[in-house]
Amino acid sequence: MDDALLRTLTPSVLTVLVRRGADFAAAEDAVQDALVEAVRLWPDDPPRDPKGWLVTVAWRKFLDSARSDTARRRREDRIDQEPPPGPAAPADDTLQLYFLCAHPSLTPSSAVALTLRAVGGLTTRQIAQAYLVPEATMAQRISRAKRTVSGVRFDRPGDVATVLRVLYLVFNEGYSGEVDLAAEAIRLTRQLTAAIDHPEAAGLLALMLLHHARRASRTLPDGALVPLAEQDRGRWDTAAIAEGVTILQAALARDRLGEFQAQAAIAALHADAPTAEETDWVQIVEWYDELVRLTDSPVARLNRAVALGEADGPRAGLAALAALDDALPRHTAVAAYLHERAGDPATAARLYAVAAGKASNLAEREHLTRQAARLNTAGRKDERREGEREDESTRGS
Amino acid sequence: MAKYLLLKHYRGAPASFNDVPMDQWTPQEISDHMQYMHDFAARLEKSGEFVDGQALAPEGTFVRYDGEGRPPVTDGPFAETKDLIAGWMVIDVDTYERAVELAGELSAAPGAGGKPIHEWLEVRPFLTAPPTITE
Repeated sequence: MDDALLRTLTPSVLTVLVRRGADFAAAEDAVQDALVEAVRLWPDDPPRDPKGWLVTVAWRKFLDSARSDTARRRREDRIDQEPPPGPAAPADDTLQLYFLCAHPSLTPSSAVALTLRAVGGLTTRQIAQAYLVPEATMAQRISRAKRTVSGVRFDRPGDVATVLRVLYLVFNEGYSGEVDLAAEAIRLTRQLTAAIDHPEAAGLLALMLLHHARRASRTLPDGALVPLAEQDRGRWDTAAIAEGVTILQAALARDRLGEFQAQAAIAALHADAPTAEETDWVQIVEWYDELVRLTDSPVARLNRAVALGEADGPRAGLAALAALDDALPRHTAVAAYLHERAGDPATAARLYAVAAGKASNLAEREHLTRQAARLNTAGRKDERREGEREDESTRGS
Repeated sequence: MAKYLLLKHYRGAPASFNDVPMDQWTPQEISDHMQYMHDFAARLEKSGEFVDGQALAPEGTFVRYDGEGRPPVTDGPFAETKDLIAGWMVIDVDTYERAVELAGELSAAPGAGGKPIHEWLEVRPFLTAPPTITE
């Protein structure tokens, strides 16, 4: 049975139920029940029309639950009077579902959870496992989210930017579990770009593809981080890079630049360099200038300082860094890197150790500790060599 | 979305405002305290922010490797150890501010005289997985 197909059908089945008058929360539960049935029955008895099958079963589940709930008697009467189902809802209904699940009244974590379940077709257990929380907690998070958006009109146009932020979160802060959240974010963003023609949606998809393409080379088997400059570029996924670049170029041609297109452009320039030395840092600095102009984000300014350090030399990078708040995440790590490049390993080693203490994730902390250790070890060797030379000169005299 | 540890100390945290040892409370005060902790966890589960909560026995043992083929060495407990963990709660919240807000609520658990203990709780962020997009 094709789990991917099943999940692809989730949003359109859900929107059919909502269009027929089911309230969103109950319809969403009914679709989940239908998915469970499909997983159970399809392997032995695959339907000819999977979507039609899911709609029929989900609708029946919905009616069953409405009937069994006597408190909902009145609504049941109304449903029974509804005309028989019409043709399937148009494709852009999926878009309404994205808007609803990323509604501004939801907290980011609620929007992420609801999107993964209602649009992505993941089970509560899978989402809970992916985010390392108990299933009961995730179930409550999702049901609260559904209550929060229960009053929102389904046909009201939403804000694409909120949807993109949710998808970005799924991609960038995804944990691990049986579901590959980065791949899931790409799938959902791809589905979104099919439903709406929007340069930033395309920009985000390109950004994800370009970063995902480097995934195999980003970590060693033991989980240690490999910095971009040291990655084995032969392991980059060239097909994903080509697709990302094509999508990005089409988006940029629309001349409606946004932050995701700018970030994707930077990722594309990295992907385009055959070796780290051949990276076009001058152009990357220009894109960071755009990104700073678009977002005024301190993180973009910090990354710009790194790029400037490569384009114009570490002194220029350190000067740019000095203008930024040193409480910024990774500020100390960047300072350490630039000091090493500027030929001051002692300061760099000290700063790498400080940065390790401030790191917000384990892999980064280990990476920074290793950098400090590398410089300190080299420093001790230098000292020993100094000492030996001094010994020799004393003996010689 | 970030996980925080709310850490409760037997020893090692600054003294509470309402610092009366639990064995000096009335049985009802102890019941009220336990109920508060229970309700707090239940509320967090409902809000989709609860991950874990555990209490620890005050006495533990120090254990270390003692070389190939030898059993581990055990020692302690050491009365002089300055920090002693009593238990924890793990929460998964959207912001650091929310973590602090919840720790504040937990610290308001009633103690002697039915008044909040004002106990100092330590809020520690979990180290996360590395983000995909960094440059």
